[in-house]
Amino acid sequence: MKNPQFNYHRPGSLSEALALLDEHGDEAKVLAGGQSLLPVMALRLGRPEHLVDIGALAGLSNITAGPQGTTIQALVRHAAAERSTDIATHAPLVSAAMPHVGHRAIRTRGTVCGSIAHADPAAEMPAVCLAVDATMVAESVAGTREIVATDFFEGYLTTALRPNEILTEVRFPAWSATAGGTVVEISRRHGDYALLGLACLLDVTEGLIANAALSFFGAGGTPIRVAEAEQTLIGRPPNDETFAAAAKAVTEHLEPGSDIHASTNYRRHIAGVLTRRGLAEATSKIGVPA
Amino acid sequence: MTAVPIGETLDVSLTVNGATVSVDIDPRRSLADVIREEIGLTGTHLGCEHGVCGACTILLDGEPARSCLMLAAQAEGTAITTIEGLATNGEMHPVQQAMHEAMSFQCAFCSPGFMMSTIALLDDNPNPSEKEIREELSGNLCRCTGYESIVEGVETAVKIMGPTR
Ligand SMILES: Cc1cc2nc3c(=O)[nH]c(=O)nc-3n(C[C@H](O)[C@H](O)[C@H](O)COP(=O)(O)OP(=O)(O)OC[C@H]3O[C@@H](n4cnc5c(N)ncnc54)[C@H](O)[C@@H]3O)c2cc1C
Ligand code: FES
Ligand code: FES
Repeated sequence: MKNPQFNYHRPGSLSEALALLDEHGDEAKVLAGGQSLLPVMALRLGRPEHLVDIGALAGLSNITAGPQGTTIQALVRHAAAERSTDIATHAPLVSAAMPHVGHRAIRTRGTVCGSIAHADPAAEMPAVCLAVDATMVAESVAGTREIVATDFFEGYLTTALRPNEILTEVRFPAWSATAGGTVVEISRRHGDYALLGLACLLDVTEGLIANAALSFFGAGGTPIRVAEAEQTLIGRPPNDETFAAAAKAVTEHLEPGSDIHASTNYRRHIAGVLTRRGLAEATSKIGVPA
Repeated sequence: MTAVPIGETLDVSLTVNGATVSVDIDPRRSLADVIREEIGLTGTHLGCEHGVCGACTILLDGEPARSCLMLAAQAEGTAITTIEGLATNGEMHPVQQAMHEAMSFQCAFCSPGFMMSTIALLDDNPNPSEKEIREELSGNLCRCTGYESIVEGVETAVKIMGPTR
């Protein structure tokens, strides 16, 4: 499967890249790590006229992490995020997601922002963004706008990004010292896209759950939070009984799809199992960097 | 700014197994195809050409990468190592030696990818557990062996290379 033909552009600066995207509109695609776009092109699921290769742009590979929050720029590869001890301390849910994203040889090339922009419903990072209320920063020739995760993921491989915009960075809010989080999933082989997975976090103060997020991936066209189940956790102690009640609420409210790999019933069952497993693991991680 | 319209070609320079190479290519060509067809190193194998089998794995600036999931244009200025770059003065690399000793492969179509992934794994983690070996190599597919002999090969490599680096 060879790539179709395209006009190749390698801009020398972000403003050149934005001008190209503005000129070519939805005929153009941003090429970052290429780990999703090149398979899409090889399989002829997409055939952009123009590729704007942003891979060589300078000044877009920074990670800034501290008590006030964490910012990951467009060209930070999964492998760099995985290795970052700053991210492990200040955005531990991102670190927890990384080992699940494809294989090592995918993570050395693929970018965190590319994964968010691609918005595969079975991908880990969109669910992490939704769990922690991350903010996506989109730039175009017209300027910069911030899009919150709840508005960003619109549907299957569809986001609020416009064809002339580049996702220049993703911002994760400050991580609470009393919070713990993890990413758990069931996949056919390690590194495959998940059949279903969960990015979850718990914030426990004085022995009771003060805040919780249950963000599922592989359960619909976008990542999905199950508010009804999150509500059952608030004000309760983090124990098996509490987690079992949340798992029950998840299986009642989640409507995952069915495909060749897993039925709706099986996915709903593992959503419950992962809820219990994830919440217990998240509790054990409170105060421990990922 | 570089712009290459459809039908025109692009000059790409990179270092391949220590030697500087320049090629003039259609930008749509994958790094794998350029390695095989322009540079003439056919040890890098192509199974699926969309990222799932790992046969085309090379080292790019010391890190494993799928050469089928890169445009050669994206490799401008990088240094890559292919399977042909492992042996020195006719001496096999310890990972090659180990896989040979453990009789890791049958048809060996998958072998270059497995060896490059193994080198990357042992670079990061010189003494992996069996579970870690299986997880790390889960991105490489083998249709012949059932993987037991390949895991054994990695364990043999750890013995030859020592558990620290
Ligand atoms: C075998 C295999 C297994 C994989 N398994 C997983 C997995 O388990 N979980 C998972 O999450 N992912 C998985 N992936 C996908 C991988 O994570 C991709 O790297 C990632 O989804 C896309 O990042 P990229 O930088 O490679 O983006 P590209 O492939 O370059 O781009 C992907 C899409 O996003 C757009 N885009 C990229 N960056 C930007 C930006 N900054 N601004 C605007 N648009 C942008 C592109 O135009 C394109 O439409 C797998 C891939 C392969 C090949
Ligand atoms: S040929 Fe590259 S991963 Fe299969
Ligand atoms: S030995 Fe034949 S594919 Fe692995």
